[in-house]
Amino acid sequence: MTTTESRPAPSSGTGKSGRFGELSRWWNARSRPQQWGLLVPVAALIYLLPVLNPPILTTEPATSFPIALFNAAVFALIAIGLNVVIGQAGLLDLGYVGFFAIGAYSAAVLSSPDSELGVRFPWLVIVPIAMVITMISGVILGTPTLRLRGDYLAIVTLGFGEIVRLLADNIDPLRGNRGFQDIARPGGTYPDGSPIFTQNDAQGFYWLAVTIVIIVLFLMGNLERSRVGRAWIAVREDEDAAELTGVPTYKFKIWAFAIGAAVGGLSGTLFAAQVGFVNNQRFDVTTSILYLAAVVLGGQGNKVGVIVGAFLVSYIPDRFQFEPEYRFLVFGLALIILMIFRPQGILGMRQHLLAYGRQAYQKLFGAGTGVAPTSLTPSSRAAGEPAEAVPDDRSGSRPQGGGE
Amino acid sequence: MFLDRFWANTINGLSYGSIYALVALGYTLVYGVLQLINFAHSEIFVIGVFGVYFTFLALGFQPGQTPNVPLAGIIANLVLAGAVGMILAGIAAVILERVAYRPLRKRNAPRLAFLITAIGASFVIQQIFRITRGSNPEGTIRLLPPEPVFRIFGAPVTNLQLIIIVAALALFVVADTFVNRTRLGRGVRAVAQDPATATLMGVNRERVIMITFLLGGLLAGAAALFYLMTIPQGAVFNGGFLLGIKAFAAAVLGGIGNLRGALLGGLILGIAENYGQSLFGGDWRDVVAFVLLVGVLMFRPTGILGESLGKARV
Repeated sequence: MTTTESRPAPSSGTGKSGRFGELSRWWNARSRPQQWGLLVPVAALIYLLPVLNPPILTTEPATSFPIALFNAAVFALIAIGLNVVIGQAGLLDLGYVGFFAIGAYSAAVLSSPDSELGVRFPWLVIVPIAMVITMISGVILGTPTLRLRGDYLAIVTLGFGEIVRLLADNIDPLRGNRGFQDIARPGGTYPDGSPIFTQNDAQGFYWLAVTIVIIVLFLMGNLERSRVGRAWIAVREDEDAAELTGVPTYKFKIWAFAIGAAVGGLSGTLFAAQVGFVNNQRFDVTTSILYLAAVVLGGQGNKVGVIVGAFLVSYIPDRFQFEPEYRFLVFGLALIILMIFRPQGILGMRQHLLAYGRQAYQKLFGAGTGVAPTSLTPSSRAAGEPAEAVPDDRSGSRPQGGGE
Repeated sequence: MFLDRFWANTINGLSYGSIYALVALGYTLVYGVLQLINFAHSEIFVIGVFGVYFTFLALGFQPGQTPNVPLAGIIANLVLAGAVGMILAGIAAVILERVAYRPLRKRNAPRLAFLITAIGASFVIQQIFRITRGSNPEGTIRLLPPEPVFRIFGAPVTNLQLIIIVAALALFVVADTFVNRTRLGRGVRAVAQDPATATLMGVNRERVIMITFLLGGLLAGAAALFYLMTIPQGAVFNGGFLLGIKAFAAAVLGGIGNLRGALLGGLILGIAENYGQSLFGGDWRDVVAFVLLVGVLMFRPTGILGESLGKARV
């Protein structure tokens, strides 16, 4: 589904174990048109899911299948946004729900008749405004905190998520628990004149969400392969080395924050439009941990992976109907177990600077000297030992080649 | 209004701050030794809270009524409940370290992995309480009704506040002496300073880490007793969340990795929070703590006293 799939990256494939590794190698060996030929039917199938309503996959009668799918798609969008921050730039953001909330509240304030602003903008106007607002809030949060060591960031963002919720509770015009009704929906009607986007039938919203996910995936794919994306990976893999080689790390961290925030805001507006109602109940910090679980489960730094993760986190509780509280327990356990046994997630990270370095090395000296480059890799994953693989982060204190 | 209640707020802030300080010590100790934010420490505290609560129940106290027991009996019961809470929290902290962190350490996992595991562990413990005890707070059990003992500048000091502040200070002195004066404490400081060298010099790093978690857990258990003695709300599954963030903020405020900094930071945070509440209203109480945290991180990220569990670290 993404354009990055076309990058021939044999070394990132070698690190993955078993079926996924093989699949990834096989996929990377296809040419671009072949990949497109496979992706178009897959995308068509994804679009058709709510219409087909396949018997085993369906979440009905408990939850409407289109709504479950819509929620999964919004979750996927959130995971893609959070992946920029965690997976690409390696910054642990635990307050991501704050951006989601800001997006939803922007939509509410700008379009609900309950709002004191007294304006009712259409949805399409709201989206860019909400994205700009969340982006600015991301910069405001990032400016003081991104200069700090990574682990302080985690706690400050956690606090930020909580502050956003407290503000929604306490600031009077934000209406606390009463919330905002009648938030603007996108317009548009079917040929027979019935509206596409309604609260009860999430099918139109699902198509909209999938379309947005695909567009965002394209943009993110391009961003990742640009100078910005390389800078993020450099920051993630070794911040000091990046800074020393002339990457303005602070600037790019702020960018990662801002872009991640904007995607969070976008998903917030989408959510607000579908539900049509926003109050202070949906945005507690525990939700942030579900987002984190989605990203980590699917594989940080892998856009397809985080979509899979988001789908699992959102869909499994709907499908198997376990109590909402068990969902936190299950995904909390999943976080611990994953970190111990498969820290790279279901699908591993795609891009590594050191992997690029290895490719260059192989081009220069031939594939025969595959032994030498392993000493260059900080983790054993790139050296082809999946069992001991660990995702890279920015800490330079880890002993080199420690897993060997 | 603010000036009228200035001293009352200060004293109340000191008693809340003592609780923050005790929890902050746990964060600071673990951070000093492992450079890890132990997110699950707030849940260790909650385990202590439930331990104390169930001990109260087992001793025959019920929510709502003030027992008619002589003072000596009440104190004995409080000490017993506190001891149970401390031991439970201490054991839980050690188990947490064994189950969640040690496997990662063996694999040389990156720091992000530790943080994510800590968050996962925190969630699991929280949800276990939520599922077994429900989302509503337990009833409040008051063994000791607050009564003013004496006055400072016209502000009454209740027996509870006095007990909490004095006991917390005493525990702090014990912890500080342990880390700075004993052989085991020297090991803790050595590992905090330089794990590799300490190991080469014969310090058992794993044992030091275990002791660190145990000490942090014990202090959190003590904080749990004081928490239940003063806080109007009873034991609840997510009661540790806000308190944990505040205690961490306190640790950073004083200089993380620094025991005396944790005490100072806790007291300052408790007082600032009470002033903030009195100035802006109760709804803003929690926001004050976060703003303080961000402010400190912006202007003095090493905290008021600097980071130095191992003394030599700058």
